[in-house]
Amino acid sequence: MTSSSVPAARVPAQEPGEKKGAERGNRANSRRQRESSGGFLFSPWHLVLIPIALVMLVPMVWMLATSLETLNETRHFPPIIFPHTLRPANYSDVLTQAPFARWFVNTMIVTVVTVVGNLLFCSLAGYAFARIKFFGREIVFVMILATLMIPFQVVMIPTFIIVKDLGMINTLYALIVPNLAGAFGIFLLRQFFRTLPVELEEAARIDGASRLSVLFKIVLPLSGPALATLAVITFLWTWNDFLWPLITIYTPNNMTLQLGLATFEGTHQTSFNLLMAANVMSMLPVLLLFFLAQRYFIRGIATSGLKG
Amino acid sequence: MADVAFENVSKEFPGGTFAVDDLTLGIPDGEFLILVGPSGCGKTTALRLIAGLEKPTAGTIRIGTETVNGISPRDRDIAMVFQNYALYPHMTVYRNLAFGLRERRTPKRETDRRVREISSVLSLDELLKRRPAQLSGGQRQRVAMGRALVREPKVFLLDEPLSNLDAKLRVQMRAELKRLHKRVGITTVYVTHDQVEAMTLADRIVVMSAGKAQQIGTPQEVFSRPVNLFVAGFIGSPAMNLLQGRAGPAPDGIGKTQVTAGELCFERAGVPSGDVVVGIRPESMVPGGEDLPGPSLDLEIELVEPLGESALVHGTVAGTAARSGAEEEQAILIDETSRAQVTAIFPASLQSRTGDRVRVRVDPERIYLFDAATGEAIWP
Repeated sequence: MTSSSVPAARVPAQEPGEKKGAERGNRANSRRQRESSGGFLFSPWHLVLIPIALVMLVPMVWMLATSLETLNETRHFPPIIFPHTLRPANYSDVLTQAPFARWFVNTMIVTVVTVVGNLLFCSLAGYAFARIKFFGREIVFVMILATLMIPFQVVMIPTFIIVKDLGMINTLYALIVPNLAGAFGIFLLRQFFRTLPVELEEAARIDGASRLSVLFKIVLPLSGPALATLAVITFLWTWNDFLWPLITIYTPNNMTLQLGLATFEGTHQTSFNLLMAANVMSMLPVLLLFFLAQRYFIRGIATSGLKG
Repeated sequence: MADVAFENVSKEFPGGTFAVDDLTLGIPDGEFLILVGPSGCGKTTALRLIAGLEKPTAGTIRIGTETVNGISPRDRDIAMVFQNYALYPHMTVYRNLAFGLRERRTPKRETDRRVREISSVLSLDELLKRRPAQLSGGQRQRVAMGRALVREPKVFLLDEPLSNLDAKLRVQMRAELKRLHKRVGITTVYVTHDQVEAMTLADRIVVMSAGKAQQIGTPQEVFSRPVNLFVAGFIGSPAMNLLQGRAGPAPDGIGKTQVTAGELCFERAGVPSGDVVVGIRPESMVPGGEDLPGPSLDLEIELVEPLGESALVHGTVAGTAARSGAEEEQAILIDETSRAQVTAIFPASLQSRTGDRVRVRVDPERIYLFDAATGEAIWP
């Protein structure tokens, strides 16, 4: 009797709090429930999920192991997962034998500029499609959406020709300019902008704000989650892009990481320990980003998948 | 400070519906004008036309001496309070209030002075550092008003500003609004579907239906001399009781007309013969008034709602109910037993009870008559 009345007495005590307080209360409640059902909440799904997670982890572990092995050990069969002697020198070798730092900086420049460009141009275009009525808006939007369904390999050659005519081949501009805005970003932001209450924008316009002012002072500050999602996804795509740099860049100094890594693979032999050490280093920023912004990845994929 | 004028303004939405249909209306400088009507009558569209958030498809709108048809909202020097307040959620109260001034490049000192001034008028001083999410409904409402007034606009527009407040706060803010308007004297256009707000606040009321202004006048005019059935049914709470009736030559009088509706029967001069609708306000039905001259009705009480001083008495009388077109949907069920639903206001001291039959007298001077076919008022 007394034990059952305790949680009932707690609930009204939480009510006078602000909304945030109430949410925190709910979360605390559900945590309490989880704990009461035996600490770690086990579900039959884990029997499926844990093996899959292990399978997904194997390449990563193997990569990490290889990056610390000697060249001989990398050639051993079956593969050695636990190296007999650790060779951290692989990492310093990568930095001295290849312009790794240069590639890292190149990739950083390309990625950061592309992310900023996408945030700016996609929000401008997305806002226009979401709120400004103009002739042919729906048709143009559908056409932009349709480009999402065209594989990159189809437009690769025409894009190459344009970039070549602009004199950008073998420069970082070739990697940045064609990717400054994208259909995905325009779509994602348009969908988000449409969910914001239109009265806020009307109030701002009556208050004397111009369209641009409304976008930058009202709409964008309220679009944090959507902008973060776009930033994270653009970062990932740009950082990992290999094919486009491969066809536009040919001097080692202008290469990005993904392209540079490929040069470790020789025709006759490959120094897998060095390649993997370089891989680990090139993965670090992405891994870090993923841990920091996991929920935006998931939201971005969920949003683009569900909202029509 | 400016007057506002609508000249034959129409707003047609794609698909051919007219939200505002040929509206002509002059609002003198400093007036408190209320647009009232059921939902979908075009009152909010009319307000948005003044704000510039909608463009008229015909006619001209003037603010002051300027025709504003093609002018964007930011250049009209108007301010608006939205139904959901539309406070900028990412800004503090101070920045919400200052936003309009900053956008208009008002000097910092001037901005600060005006924000402090308006926040003391609306007692927002304590809240300047808070964000909208940390405010109560009434506080948000005051911030929304402050944000509109701080710019000292030519015209002040309010779109159902009190509808999100609870009943008590609404009454309090209503008085506050009236006081505020007396103080600043800005031309104010106020949209509401609540006719009590309209009656209490307005200098003049525009009763709208289907995009048209049905009647424009002071609250008293609109209440006591409705021009048609719609206005009669809409203004007044509880609504006017309406019965189908007939006007014909009186059997004994010469030149007089006798009007009958159910058991109600009275004579009235100058009324053409034909089908009419008889209107009686709930407060004009006097229980057991033997000393009063005039027609009487037998009221069978079905439900009593005590209000303290008085009681709302719902019941039936002989006759057939008529509709004004202003009822909330399904609110009035036309009874098939040839009795009409009516509402009366009786003193609470009468202690009316369900099932009672009461003789009710009506002062014939206070009976309204409408043409049954056109709905136009015949009398008064």
